[in-house]
Amino acid sequence: MRVFSRAIIILFCVLAVAPIGWHFFSSLKSPSELTRIPPTLLPQDPTLDNYRELFTRRPFGGYYANSFVIAALSSLLCVGAASLAAYGLCRARASFRRIITSSLLIVAFFPPIVLLFPLYELVRAAGLVNHPWGLILPYSALNLPLSIWLLTSYFGQIPYELEEAAAMDGLSRLQTLVKIVLPLSAPALATTGMLAFIFAWNEFMFALTFMNLESAKTITVGVATLSGAFTYEIPWGLLAAGVIASSLPLILLVIVFQRRIVAGLTAGASK
Amino acid sequence: MLSREPIRKPQALNLEALFYWPAAMLLGLVVAYPILRTTVLSFTQMSLHTAFQPEFTGAQNYLRLAFDSRFHNSLTITAAFTIISVALEFALGLCLALTVGTFIRGRGIIRSFLLAPWTLPTAIIAVLWAWIFNDQYGVLNVLLLKMSVIHTPIAWLAEPGSAMASIIIADVWKTTPFVFLVLLAGIQSVPRDLYEAIEMDGGGAWAKFRYVTWPFLLPFVFISLTFRIIQSFAIFDLVYVMTGGGPGGATETVSVYSYQTYMRYLDIGYGSAQVVAVVIILAVTAYVLYQLLLKRYARLF
Repeated sequence: MRVFSRAIIILFCVLAVAPIGWHFFSSLKSPSELTRIPPTLLPQDPTLDNYRELFTRRPFGGYYANSFVIAALSSLLCVGAASLAAYGLCRARASFRRIITSSLLIVAFFPPIVLLFPLYELVRAAGLVNHPWGLILPYSALNLPLSIWLLTSYFGQIPYELEEAAAMDGLSRLQTLVKIVLPLSAPALATTGMLAFIFAWNEFMFALTFMNLESAKTITVGVATLSGAFTYEIPWGLLAAGVIASSLPLILLVIVFQRRIVAGLTAGASK
Repeated sequence: MLSREPIRKPQALNLEALFYWPAAMLLGLVVAYPILRTTVLSFTQMSLHTAFQPEFTGAQNYLRLAFDSRFHNSLTITAAFTIISVALEFALGLCLALTVGTFIRGRGIIRSFLLAPWTLPTAIIAVLWAWIFNDQYGVLNVLLLKMSVIHTPIAWLAEPGSAMASIIIADVWKTTPFVFLVLLAGIQSVPRDLYEAIEMDGGGAWAKFRYVTWPFLLPFVFISLTFRIIQSFAIFDLVYVMTGGGPGGATETVSVYSYQTYMRYLDIGYGSAQVVAVVIILAVTAYVLYQLLLKRYARLF
């Protein structure tokens, strides 16, 4: 039985990473090796040319920078707004808290395409088309429901006596939040911020619609439109390198923080 | 004479309300207003013909939906995609969660491996799988040819049936880990002594699953099932990048059709009616699921 279950798990793990592995190996192949029929599995003469071309002849550095700025700022903004709201909710009446958290759940369930056109109108009216803030604001808002949800349940576990003590020492509510509650919640804040970062990095539809200049594109849209869906010749090597380069930050996050990410995900589902 | 000012208490600034402002403003601007605006626009014509000024047309867009075979087609495709891929994810996720059960050793590595597909951007996953399914250079054909399962390369994304299957495989690859992790958390929340009680009553593995694991798992199943159904029904990235809705509209899901209606045909009023109709369908589905799964669960106790 143990052997059997171990075999199943190993099979699933292999299935989960094999496609990524194949792209990693492909990204190290030369153009001539890539178009060989039948394809080779391992690169026979590994080269970094594909990555070099991405960052020198294509605006990949720019995509990268855009994605980092947008994902980092939106995740910061989201965690900031969410911790204020979650702290308020935590100390609010239970009936009020229940109404707010269930309406947040409904908000989280709305398909993003419902928001697409009016948001586009707003972004255009604000002159934010092709501007990072045109995505930062929507992303931070879209991440709020899950973030408030996670932080409310975490703040609720902090003993109230600590806050009473802070109040006796003359700290205001805001000071209590900043000096007592937030430092104690560092792990939850990190988890929430990370999930918000991953979401923002991965978002496609809004990024595709709101950013149409090469200089403003995010990396997800950059790689997806690099794909030769619309052109005749498909740049396989660049595609493979693009897939790996755009996924690398996320894969690193997963390896380092997998326990936190899982905790955050499952808490969101079970609370 | 002393003219006394009325004694005014320094007005305590209502900090509690202030705490909600940043989140409320963001959600109002990015979520609430667009939902209202889309609903309003769904009752208007707003297109090139009207110089993009909304003109009230009553329920005309909804009438058009009732006779739009492309819309019906996209609904059928989306429903088929949702049912098949969610069923597969749950079957695989549940099997995996039950097998892993209380696995302790190497859990960190297992989790990193299984989480990897879930964290990658869906649009990138589409690029990744489109290449795997490519007829000339795709690794799938190479493997199948080597194993002599097939004898000529198959153009997976060029045939309606296999294109849909390819998208489903990519989606199942991405989301099974999520379902697995949520269900695993559910299984781990079951108190161990309940299993012992069943054992003492002479119950086997099936009794344990039916009377202990399953009731505890139901709320987790409900949440992840609802979440997954709504997400699959709104699927856009994967289809848009992998097949663009093709071949010949065979994989065009509702979100892809609505996106085209908005951004390509610039028929804003009609696109709005489409997405509102989809939201109504989803709300009804979520309600039915709630009745089926959670109401029964509540009766068990």
